Order: sequence, then C-alpha cells, then structure tokens
Amino acid sequence: MIEVKDLHKAFGAVKAVDGVTFTARDGEITGLLGPNGAGKTTTLRMLYTLMEPDSGQVLVDGIDAAADPIAVRRRLGVLPDARGLYKRLTARENIEYFARLHGIETQLMHKRRENLVDALEMHDILDRRTEGFSQGQRVKTAIARALVHDPKNVILDEPTNGLDVMATRGLRAFMRNLKAEGRCVLFSSHIMQEVAMLCDRIVVIASGRVVADESPDALRAQTGEANLEDAFVKLIGSEEGLAA
Amino acid sequence: MNATLTVWLKEVRENLRDKRTVFSALIYGPLIGPVMFVVLMNVLVGHEMKKAEGPLKVPVIGAAHAPNLIGALKQWGLVPQPPIADPDKAVRDRDADVVMRIPADYGKAWSSGKPAQVDLIFDASQQGSNTPAKRLETMLERYGREQGALRLLARGLSPSVAAPLVISKRDQSTPQSRAGMFLSFLPYFFVIAVYIGGMYLAIDLTAGERERQSLEPLFANPVARWRVLVGKLGAICSFSLASLVLTAIGFSVAGHVMPAEKLGMAFDLGPGFIVDAILLELPLIALFAVLETLVAAFAKSYREAQTYLGFLMIIPIVPSMLMGFLPVKPAHWMYAIPLLGQQIGISDLLRGTPVSAGDIGIALVFGFALAFLIGLGTAVVYRSERLAISA
Repeated sequence: MIEVKDLHKAFGAVKAVDGVTFTARDGEITGLLGPNGAGKTTTLRMLYTLMEPDSGQVLVDGIDAAADPIAVRRRLGVLPDARGLYKRLTARENIEYFARLHGIETQLMHKRRENLVDALEMHDILDRRTEGFSQGQRVKTAIARALVHDPKNVILDEPTNGLDVMATRGLRAFMRNLKAEGRCVLFSSHIMQEVAMLCDRIVVIASGRVVADESPDALRAQTGEANLEDAFVKLIGSEEGLAA
Repeated sequence: MNATLTVWLKEVRENLRDKRTVFSALIYGPLIGPVMFVVLMNVLVGHEMKKAEGPLKVPVIGAAHAPNLIGALKQWGLVPQPPIADPDKAVRDRDADVVMRIPADYGKAWSSGKPAQVDLIFDASQQGSNTPAKRLETMLERYGREQGALRLLARGLSPSVAAPLVISKRDQSTPQSRAGMFLSFLPYFFVIAVYIGGMYLAIDLTAGERERQSLEPLFANPVARWRVLVGKLGAICSFSLASLVLTAIGFSVAGHVMPAEKLGMAFDLGPGFIVDAILLELPLIALFAVLETLVAAFAKSYREAQTYLGFLMIIPIVPSMLMGFLPVKPAHWMYAIPLLGQQIGISDLLRGTPVSAGDIGIALVFGFALAFLIGLGTAVVYRSERLAISA
C-alpha cells in the first residue's frame, strides 16, 4: 500500500506539486491521471525517493520514505519515465544487473526472470543487446528489470507511452495480472480511456493538485457527466494536454 | 553479491564492449608514451650520429686561398664541397648547414703574421646547423693553436708562454643524467596514460548514464548512492590501472630496443622500474578517478564532460614543464604533492637513480588522502537530486 500525504515540491518559483494526497491500495490499480505537466512524474519521483518532498509524507507499507528510503525502494518496483536501459548489455544482463543490486541469489533470480520473460512474452529478445530495441521491447525489458525482486508495490510512469496497439493490450493484461496477484499497482497516464478501463480508483491531478479521487463510477456521478471524457475535462478545467 | 561489486563488474563488462573506451584506455593511452620515447630517441640518435662522426661536408668558398688549411681540415674529416654563389641565402633556406668562406686576402694576412680571417656562415637557430658549425669551429681552433705553437717555436719561445691557463674538466654527470632535459617530459606520459585510461569511463558512468537516462532507474534500487559511486570508481580505477601497467611495460620494452648507449645514455628499465613506477603512480589512479567523476557529475551531457576533461588534461603537464625548464632541486617534501612527486620520482627512475621506499610512501599517503577528500566531495554531489534527473 502506498499512502501519500500532502506532498509539496517546488522548483524555484514553480510549484510542481502543491498538496497531493491519495492512497493506492493492495489488489487495486490506481491511476494517476492528468494533463502533461500536471506534476505526475514529480509526484512519482518523490514516491520512489529519487526526490525529497519540500513537505508532506510518503508511506509505503507503513514505512516512511524520508526515514528509511532504502527499505521503501526494496518494496517498490519502479518503471520510471526514463526507461534508461544499458544498450551495450543484453536484455537478460539488464534484468540480472538489477536482480543482483537487490541482492537476490542466483537460483531465485533465474526463476523470477523466467517467470517475467514468460509473462511479458520476451523470449525472442532476451539475449539481444538492447541497442536498437523497439519502444515496446524496451518497455518490456524495463518492466522485467523493475519487477525482478517481486515487489508488493508497482509504480509505472506512463507505461503505454509510445507503444502500438498490440503492445498496449499486452501491457494492460499484464497490469491486471499484477492486480490479481494482490499487488498495489499505481500508474500515471494522460490517456483517459486507458485509465477508465483499467483503474479501480482514479486520482486526477491538475496544476500540482488533486482535483478528484474516486472510482470511475463515482467520478461520473460527482461531475454529473455520463461520459468520462466530459467528466475529466470538467474537473481539469481545460482540454489541454489530455488525450482521448 | 555485494552491491558495490555488482556495479563494478557490470561497468567493467559494459565498457569492455565499447570500442572507443577500450581503444583509449588500453591502446592509445599506454602506447603513446613508449612509442614517442622510441621514435624521438631514434631520430635524435640518428641525427647526432650522422653529424658527429660522419665526414663533414661543407661548401668552401675560396679554398684556393688557403691550401694548407684545407689540407689539415681534410685530415680531420672535412670533405670540401664546391663553392656556392649565395651562402647567406643557402643557409637561410637550409640548403646548407654551414658554409666556410676564405677571403682573398687570407694568404696576405697569414704570411705577414696578422690574424687571418675565416668566415663561418650558419644559422644557430637551426638544430641541424649547430653540430657541424661547432665541429668546424673546433677544427679551425685546433689548426690555429697548432700554427701558433709552431710560430712561437720558430721564434725560440715555448708554446706554454701563450697558454697560461689549462682547463681540466671533471664532469660529474652520468650518461643518464646527461639525458635529463630529454627525460623530463617522459613522466608526463605516465600521467596521461592514467588520465586517459579512466577518462572515457568516468564520462560514460556519470554524464553518459545521465544522458541515456539510466541513472534514474538505477537509483530506484535499494542501494545507497555512495555504494554505487564506489563501484563506478572501482571500474574507472581498473581501466586506468590497466593503462598504467601497460605503459610501464611499454617503457620497459622500449628501453631494451633503444640505441641509447650511442648517445652515451643507459636506461635501466627492468622489473624493478616497472614496480616502482606503478607504485608511484597508484595514488593518481584514485585521484583522477574521483576528479574526473566529479567533473562529469557537473556536466549535463557526455559532450560537455568530454570538453571539461579535455581542458583538465593540461594540468598534469605543468610539473613536467617546470622541471624541464627550471632547475628545481628535488626534495623529499615534493613527493607529498601529487603530480610533482610522480614527476620527480619517474624522472629519477628513468635516470637510474632509485627512489627510496620512504619517498614512495609519502607519495602514496598524501595522494590517497587527497583522493579521499575529493571523493567525499564527489559523494556529496552524487547525492544531489539533480544528478539523476536527465530531463
């Protein structure tokens, strides 16, 4: 479970995150929806302790990220906005590097890697160097790398960004699977249909603030709009930066 | 497996697959010094040998005015060449190293007992001109002395009357120490090998990773950043150590194939030299690794880091220049100053003077202490939020 309490983060005069509070529960998919530049990536970066909040608190399975960032990172699987694979290493070597950084022993590492390779259908690319990978192959490798330590909580920053239809469908099925395994899945997106389709709970962010935190149905009821797209536009106050 | 070790191994493996890094660390860096050493020595030796021992071919103008002089000079190795029309121009254009001209009134001055004039036309600023001019001048002086002595004898005087002072030279230099000026720039190649050996890795592991956006996922792992940093520094040090060892071996091999004894020098570049040279340079490996990483951490891109580190490469040349042009007397305290200590130490080793264990110890302690301090600074920069964020 990931609890976020009143996070603030400013870069100079720009308030990137200005009081964000929400909870992402185990066995649920929580979507962080907002237009480009709303503060989604900055919020997530504070969750996985890459950035320190100016104020506010992040709790992962009850552990305070400010007090014990390493323990928090151990419980998180993170696909950052920057995928950043090592292009001179093969997909397998990329995955095994992160497994070793987590201190996973060799046998367990092989087992976990095989499970992920099966689930993500990436047998054909496993022993190729990642240089020249397609966007979809890159995301698969980065996700396998991020989940090789079997984390209870999974953070995905715009996971379907740049993927084609088939890859997107595959990834959505994979996320539902993570949810079925009882994990806490938190992902960000600026694509409304995707969020509406996948999420049990939607946190809408605009200009660094949470403007709604509801189930898709409740969201429709709250805004009085039957169509989710109209509901989002009403919440955010403009159509800018959103994709259907 | 320990996280630091994991980072270390991964960085070494990844960079061994990078042609540019491998080329600069394991081929270019270590070979440039020994190759320059051999090439320069060979050129120098060949040049000097040719000038010092071969027949001295000099165009002579007016040889007919002084047949006795020319006859004596021929005995000592002069091979007179046909006169040329414009000796000044020929020397300026480097068509001739030196030209001798005997004026028409030579014979008249000689027979009337007045100093007879001989002109030597040469260009002292030309390397090739000096040795033959000097040789010819020595021959002429010898001829003058001998003729002067004969004249004194003819007048019933002892030649020693005209030589009130005798200079006895006792040169304390050894063959190696005479090579001093020449050797003073060689230690720079050791420093450069260490610097270049680690440079591309330092850039790639910090600025490069940031540019490729792989630092962010890396730092999402449950590993303290200083552990990651130590692993990366380890990889940089491994490459520059390899570069250094190859350089030392390269110089050792070069020492064997060199015609140094022809110049009156001798090099003792055996296993003892290799071990001492590596020991002396060890602290520079750590020092450059932290320094290069620190600079790379400030750069926003690979290119920017490359530019900064290119500028920084000039700094190690300062001690070499200093020792080359200023007569600095080496002292023990100098070993405490990184770069300067290595400069003196390696020069001494090349000259065949052993460097004491105490001096090597001083260089090690102070070098590593400075590296540690800069390393702390680098660790602080590594902890900054900005480092991981590429976009």
